[in-house]
Amino acid sequence: MITLTHYLVLSAVLFTLGVIGVLVRRNAIVIFMCIELMLNAVNVSFVAFAHYLNSMQGQMFVFFTMTVAAAEAAVGLAIIVAIFRNKETVNIDEMNIMKW
Amino acid sequence: MDAYLFYIVATIAVVAAVYLIFEKNPVYCALYLIQVMICIAVLYILLGAQFIAAVQIIVYAGAIMILFLFVIMLLNVNAEEERKDALPFQRVTAIFMGIVLFAAIFIILKSRLLQGEQGKYTTAYINEVGNTQVIGGLLFTEYLLPFEITSILLFVAAIGAIMLGKRKL
Repeated sequence: MITLTHYLVLSAVLFTLGVIGVLVRRNAIVIFMCIELMLNAVNVSFVAFAHYLNSMQGQMFVFFTMTVAAAEAAVGLAIIVAIFRNKETVNIDEMNIMKW
Repeated sequence: MDAYLFYIVATIAVVAAVYLIFEKNPVYCALYLIQVMICIAVLYILLGAQFIAAVQIIVYAGAIMILFLFVIMLLNVNAEEERKDALPFQRVTAIFMGIVLFAAIFIILKSRLLQGEQGKYTTAYINEVGNTQVIGGLLFTEYLLPFEITSILLFVAAIGAIMLGKRKL
């Protein structure tokens, strides 16, 4: 029998992997993908709570999270393209203009 | 049956996520992320959220990830060249802190704080009315204001992407 805890542990594992990915990687696009992975992990726990509490709120929140993720992906990728046009790289180690 | 399916799909998702964060080629990274998303869609179906599962495949695995792949190919970023960490021991420290974060989340899960009230949308009720009908009904009644704000958000995002994409602002 699969309980709520199973889903929450899976969600925690995926979220942690996303955090590690953001900290480890150098490529801005891959870091962006890891952020999407974290959003997905949180969505899993939302839907699991909704199922086990007989509620619909979790699924509604996932719906809105997906919309925000789509908007975020569009703007974020546009920013990455703009940065690439100026610096010819997407490596975050070379984006240190604001560092003093 | 459900239990086996959960364990198989969860294992595939976690393995693909691990490959995602250690794979050098960004295109493979995107494909691994699509795999994770499809596994999560299967879990949504197991949890009785068919509409969300379909949206997950269409919007996430379809639209968003294709956008990622498109940008990767547009920018022509090849495999990350191996370089020294900007900070010493950054990689090891990052993995260690990730494990600490997981431990912290796990302790919260083990405590009994996660009890909630049972709502009225039982599986039997949702199956009788239909998952999509229930979501549609709620979207246009209880969640009407967030739904309308979402449209403004998407509009602003579209304008922002176009403005950022222009060569001369």
